[in-house]
Amino acid sequence: MDQGSGLPEETLLEMQRRMLRIRLFDERCSLMVKRGYIPGSVHTSIGQEAQVVGATMALRKGDHMTGNHRSHGHPIGMGSPLGPLMAELVGKATGVCKGKGGSLHLADASVGSLGESGITGSSIPIAVGAGLSAQVLKQDRVALAFFGDGAANQGVFYEALNMASIWKLPVIFLCENNRYAISTPAHTVTGGSIVERAPGFGVRGVRVEDGQDVLKVHAAVSEAVARARAGEGPTLVEVMTYRFREHSEGLRINVDYRDVAERESWLARDPVVLFRDHLIRTGIATQDQMDALRAEVEREVEECARFALESPDPDLRVAFEHLYTDPYNVEAFL
Amino acid sequence: MSVMTYIGAIGAAQREAMDADARVIIIGEDVEANVYGTTGGSKSRAGSGDFVQMYGRSRIRNTPIAEEAIVGAAIGAAMTGLRPIVDLSYSSFLYMAMDQLVNQAAKNRYMFGGQNSIPVVFRSAMFYGLNTGAHHSDRPYPMFMNVPGLKVVVPASASDAKGLLRSAVDSDDPVLIFEACPLWGLKEEVDDAEYRIPFGKARVRREGSDVTVVAISGAVPLALRAAEQMAAKGVSVEVIDPRTLVPLDSEAILASVRRTGRLVIADPAHRTCGAAAEISAIVAEEAYSALRAPIKRVTALDMQVPFSPALEPAIYPTTEKIVAAIEAVTRTEKRAKDTRRVDA
Repeated sequence: MDQGSGLPEETLLEMQRRMLRIRLFDERCSLMVKRGYIPGSVHTSIGQEAQVVGATMALRKGDHMTGNHRSHGHPIGMGSPLGPLMAELVGKATGVCKGKGGSLHLADASVGSLGESGITGSSIPIAVGAGLSAQVLKQDRVALAFFGDGAANQGVFYEALNMASIWKLPVIFLCENNRYAISTPAHTVTGGSIVERAPGFGVRGVRVEDGQDVLKVHAAVSEAVARARAGEGPTLVEVMTYRFREHSEGLRINVDYRDVAERESWLARDPVVLFRDHLIRTGIATQDQMDALRAEVEREVEECARFALESPDPDLRVAFEHLYTDPYNVEAFL
Repeated sequence: MSVMTYIGAIGAAQREAMDADARVIIIGEDVEANVYGTTGGSKSRAGSGDFVQMYGRSRIRNTPIAEEAIVGAAIGAAMTGLRPIVDLSYSSFLYMAMDQLVNQAAKNRYMFGGQNSIPVVFRSAMFYGLNTGAHHSDRPYPMFMNVPGLKVVVPASASDAKGLLRSAVDSDDPVLIFEACPLWGLKEEVDDAEYRIPFGKARVRREGSDVTVVAISGAVPLALRAAEQMAAKGVSVEVIDPRTLVPLDSEAILASVRRTGRLVIADPAHRTCGAAAEISAIVAEEAYSALRAPIKRVTALDMQVPFSPALEPAIYPTTEKIVAAIEAVTRTEKRAKDTRRVDA
């Protein structure tokens, strides 16, 4: 038991495992983009692992979540197996979306995802709908919407916030404020602060200033989840964090839009390193155990990459399936 | 059987669907007070609307004016166990929710490899011809025919409105129903029992042998009147109502054109890239050799809708315009025959 958090040791170790899974998975993605195995646009969660895992581990089986374009971490944080995720990024038949989603739409319904949206802010009301169905059907579950500081300026966010508020829906709006919308500093396009907008809608707002601390994020989101389950309505949780890499892999922006000192100070607060040190310092794990954990996750990532590369390409027929649930003539497209 | 109005039949279908399945909810602006006439029946004044009294506020969701969130929440609710009927009132309000309709409703099942389904119905009314001006008079169904993943339904009679709405609620895919306000008061004998009308099955409203008129939505009664007038002149007109544009019953249209050799399409939506253009293209590709005259489209002009009663009717198809088109395709063929005779 961790003194500060009151969480069982296995939970704490699982947090570190999931952060490592995200980190090493995304590092492998980056490499596979460079080597030409992964096509298209790829946005990694590197640097934001604490914010992702702190939030997803506050949920339980049966809860729902929606993600955004930077959503490799979200399904991993919810506990997805890595193989189908990596196979999806490569575009293989074994991909979690059968090769039709890719990095921007890496949704795994088996862990409660209702979709990762390539359109900024677009998935937020979907989570509100999941909260609505929970309320109408009297099911004990909550929905969490991940979105960034950029999405916080989309109109649909406020429509969604208002709707969740008037109906007291079990929804958590989780703003991952990594300070930049591609190249645009959030403070230059955001009037006031994001979290302070919540009370205007009758919604509770909390900000986690240190989003690199998985326990702080977990505590804030757990409280929001508990309130949602108790019928006390939605919460907006703004988590301050930082993306360590460029907006997307391979993107070259020829303007130094991020201050070097700022970047260095955030890079020094690597959430995976911080929590490993915390676990060792508090006697929950030894250095050897942490090394073993890392080696184990490295093997898992190695295995998922091999699985992805060795999997067959999807059959062309798949391109024409899943447009409708009701039967339609797939043959007409072939 | 009982005589029902078009709008009454929609209300009846909603009541049936709400009674049949507790997962069905109605969500939209002013649905509680039954402002648009499909969430209630009685005319008596009461503290809350009929549907609220019957089903409660949990299932009759009166919303803020926030179309994007309404549509998005309905999609999310549909993905997690409900079967929402979304009442978007005016069809031009769909544009406020375009991202949710096009990027989420239409794409999510496909994009995520069939991991989920989205059983949701989006109802909206086309208030054209009622002097409500350009912001309230749109007939936007062709835009949505251009979005794979959506189903597009355009009922033109009371019995069809009831049976198609029941099928829409049963469908596990997102369905957009466009209701024609000029038809709201139109009466028809309607089966009081529950029934469904399958999508993709056209209805032959009048049989004929000389000309096929495919009429859509509010153009159906106009086409029937035109057919009546032409019958008096000795021309036999077949009137086909596709009822659903996605899926479209191309086979019924092609079979009719192969018999008549002539096609007129009457459609109150805009001309360019419209339903009439699509049907014309299908017939030109599949039944060219059967055509004895060029295809004629009678559509709304590619023009915005003016407010004044003195101006608005000029935009839309009328019985007279359909009659003129039928006469043109029959004349064309006669002229062609005459020419051939001269050449011979």
